[in-house]
Amino acid sequence: MDRECNVLEGMPAPRSRHFVDALDLSPEEYQQLFTLAEEIMADPAAFSSSCSGKLMATLFYEPSTRTRLSFEAAMLRLGGRVITVADPRTSSVAKGETLADTIRTVGGYADLIVLRHPKEGAAVLAALYSPVPLINGGDGAHEHPTQTLTDLCTILTYKGRLEGLTVATCGDLKYGRTVHSLIKALARYPGTRFILISPEELRLPEQVKEEVLALREDVELCGTTRMEEGLAEADVLYMTRIQKERFFNEEDYLRLRDFYVLTPERLRLARDDLIVMHPLPRVTEIVPEVDGDKRAVYFQQARLGMFVRMALIARLLGVA
Amino acid sequence: MLKVDRIQVGIVLDHIRAGSALRIFEELGLAGREYPVALLMNVPSTKLGTKDIIKVSGALDLDLTKLALLDPGITVNYIEGGRVVRKVKPGLPERVVGLIRCKNPRCITSTESYAPSIFTLVDRKAKRYRCFYCGEHVTV
Ligand SMILES: [Zn+2]
Repeated sequence: MDRECNVLEGMPAPRSRHFVDALDLSPEEYQQLFTLAEEIMADPAAFSSSCSGKLMATLFYEPSTRTRLSFEAAMLRLGGRVITVADPRTSSVAKGETLADTIRTVGGYADLIVLRHPKEGAAVLAALYSPVPLINGGDGAHEHPTQTLTDLCTILTYKGRLEGLTVATCGDLKYGRTVHSLIKALARYPGTRFILISPEELRLPEQVKEEVLALREDVELCGTTRMEEGLAEADVLYMTRIQKERFFNEEDYLRLRDFYVLTPERLRLARDDLIVMHPLPRVTEIVPEVDGDKRAVYFQQARLGMFVRMALIARLLGVA
Repeated sequence: MLKVDRIQVGIVLDHIRAGSALRIFEELGLAGREYPVALLMNVPSTKLGTKDIIKVSGALDLDLTKLALLDPGITVNYIEGGRVVRKVKPGLPERVVGLIRCKNPRCITSTESYAPSIFTLVDRKAKRYRCFYCGEHVTV
């Protein structure tokens, strides 16, 4: 990625200092993180004071309780401490302070910043000014790279590999940023096949397809509008939410929504060693009856997310 | 016709779209330099009808990376010893700071106005650039 040069000072900045985009890390670097996450999971006590004396600031310009809790739990489990701005409407941001100034100020207090922001590219900008490592906790519809880490770590944990997998993604492939990042990250592994299941209106954008093919020419991308078609061959089924606001009218939404709901009947079409993933929160796209199926791993996925964030925090702070 | 002395060493930007010489003069930062500069505007041209020309005397080190974006028709003539030693059609730069604005209303640059606009070339043939911040593509 083109982030090696600090454009403001014309100075090369070590890219590894921040984690802004899922593709900032190579597959080898992913592997190192996942190995560390696994070590932490196996013996959490051994890491319970790894970050003692370190302070993490979570700066959330839009609410995301789940992501914030995951980061804060991760830091606290490493023995570090957390300061947080959960509602910037009540802080200096409301008084018109620039993001750059806020980042420089908070970077003076904390050893690490987690930024969540509604604008796309906010973390890229913030990283240009941050004196301490910065993690992108989600920037609008653009990137949410720790979700991608979580997803890959889950696949690796349950499938034992990241190569040669057939991954079905289902639901909103147009606006679903988690799906875009996951597809790009997985495309770098040989033999990956994608089955893209979505209504016509919510197909994977051409620009994303181009970016995927630029990463690896021989990636297979097959699209279908029928969930039943994609299920039988999949090693991984990645479900996403179809949001009402993506449709022009309620009728279309209600009609299409039910086509992309995972039920025990549909799951019967799938392989026995399939895993079902979801970035959560789930609404209606997976019926609760699926939760008991051994193939449903979405809650374990959320838990793995905390461990992988622990590994990332420890790495960026240079303590593990 | 207006007469401007032939320059000995320098750069002549020829075939500039008529009326855009002033903008190019500004974008190249020539206003802040001490070189003698001649701006010729609405010069009759067999190819273009009328064209603008900029002659910069004494300078061979101008940063011309933006030229192709400002006006793809421009020809750059490098002059030494009073004659043209090299003619170049400027190509699109790999990286553009300033000049292009991101059209994505959700881009961070739309609210944080101090952020320098940065674009990188993704497709030379299609003249497509990518916003450094939000990843949005623009065609120039
Ligand atoms: Zn942008």
